Amino acid sequence: MEPEVLIEAENLTKKFGDLVAVDNINFRVVKGECFGFLGPNGAGKTTTMKMVHCVLPLTAGRLKVAGMDVTNQAREIKKMIGVAPQEDNLDPDFTVLHNLIVYARYFDIPNAEALKQADELLRFMQLEEKQNVIIDQLSTGMKRRLIVARALINKPQILILDEPTTGLDPQARHLIWDKIRSLQKQGVTIVLTTHYMEEAAQLCDRTVIMDNGKIIEEGGPADLIKKHVGEEVLEVAYDEEVMKFLRNAFPDARLEVVSDRIQVFTHQPKGVFSEILNKFSFKAAMIRDANLEDVFLKLTGRRLRE
Amino acid sequence: MKISRVASYFRVPKLSYRVWKVWKRDQDVFMKTYKVNFIPSLVEPILYLLGLGLGLGIFVQPQEGLPYIVFIAPALVATSMMYSSFFECTYASFVRMYYQKTFDAIIATPVSLEEVIAGELLWGATKSLINSTIVLSVILLFGLVSSPFFLLIPPLSFLIGLLFSSIAMCFTAITPNIDSFNYPSFLFITPMFILSGTFFSITSLPVTAQIVAKVFFPLTHAVALTRALTVGRLSVTLLLDLSWFLVTTPFFFALSMNLMKKRLIK
Repeated sequence: MEPEVLIEAENLTKKFGDLVAVDNINFRVVKGECFGFLGPNGAGKTTTMKMVHCVLPLTAGRLKVAGMDVTNQAREIKKMIGVAPQEDNLDPDFTVLHNLIVYARYFDIPNAEALKQADELLRFMQLEEKQNVIIDQLSTGMKRRLIVARALINKPQILILDEPTTGLDPQARHLIWDKIRSLQKQGVTIVLTTHYMEEAAQLCDRTVIMDNGKIIEEGGPADLIKKHVGEEVLEVAYDEEVMKFLRNAFPDARLEVVSDRIQVFTHQPKGVFSEILNKFSFKAAMIRDANLEDVFLKLTGRRLRE
Repeated sequence: MKISRVASYFRVPKLSYRVWKVWKRDQDVFMKTYKVNFIPSLVEPILYLLGLGLGLGIFVQPQEGLPYIVFIAPALVATSMMYSSFFECTYASFVRMYYQKTFDAIIATPVSLEEVIAGELLWGATKSLINSTIVLSVILLFGLVSSPFFLLIPPLSFLIGLLFSSIAMCFTAITPNIDSFNYPSFLFITPMFILSGTFFSITSLPVTAQIVAKVFFPLTHAVALTRALTVGRLSVTLLLDLSWFLVTTPFFFALSMNLMKKRLIK
């Protein structure tokens, strides 16, 4: 059976004056999956999200959500989407609970049902003890959890998470990851943006990597790693002689010098690095698994993005 | 081309009942702190009545045939309409829009940006109704109201508040930052407060100033209407004052919404 396509973008483009924020991209999000947009700051991830949840008009192209066109069925689409934005836009005038109640009102959820739903969500996000606390007194992690809870108030079919764990400590980050996984199990389709590669590797079934408004690669995290950086990476301390030696030993490998270390990427099967380490000894040598961050840096470069 | 560009600023907004959800949000905040909200609107008119009405009033000849304190009392009601709605939709709306990102949060739901702005404007008008009714109660207690027509003032204050809110929202849509509200506050609101027939009859002004006050100052018409209704001096010219609001309010209402859209939806 053909999987149901929930979000479909064709030649989607967004310009702000002369700046092309999203440049002619195509993607499809299938029902029930966790789909990740990866990319450095300014890649166009958030702009794409904002077009999906109908707050930014398109410059060109087509974008459909659940078969509906974002340009003329915004209201219907917004009813079935939950949005957890990157920035904190909780209502500082209200308590935790009241934030959810007021938000439920915008979705026409009757008061009694909103209370019940808010209660469940606060428990789900482990905030039930904070329900009468004013927003100012919450930690960053709690605010983020509340933003996710708020995004769930309308029982959305699609949950958009724009950098859900930026600035969080590891505990808070893992809690959010757990909740995202359990929501996916409940059948919610998740679309998230992130520049944490570990997050994408942990959560996403499929990802696209964006840079300068374009999608430059797409696939499952494991496939992308295998395709671009192989299975393992050898790292050794930088030395002119060692560099020459490695070049000869691995003629088809890609060698990168990052600060004072050499990184060797190869598509040869696992084990070639340990073979060579058994024969020769290098200073500060280590073999590690290749990861999505290697892919990301290979594809988007190391130049800083402001 | 040019005409369609101008017309785009006056496009009629598409609104639904969801406007009231935004209004309700603002009302919820207000009700949380209503005790603090009431005190200034209660104390300020009393100070003016004592200081200007009784104090200064001894030295001032009757204005338009009214004892000074009777003359300024309805003007206090009218200025409270202006101040409460104008400041609600400048500083307070700007804080919600820019610092709290409340508008962004709401437009991620089925509520549209136009409905958010309309809700804000209606709330500004409601603030005008609330505050001016408090001031009206004060002047009633001071015995400065002599006509039952004063009962028309609260509904009128909503209309007048809606105009000031709409004008305020136009400034909010174009202001680069919160400090720039000083310009409309000191160059538009303060001159109106002084020169709109509030504290002395408009006829004491030079003719040009009188024309400016009548053509450009909504407060002139608000004061004229309020005064007529508290002292029971009804005349045909009041219809002109009223039409001034009926004509300009829809104009600024639509303009503010379209300016906001241009600011927030790129």
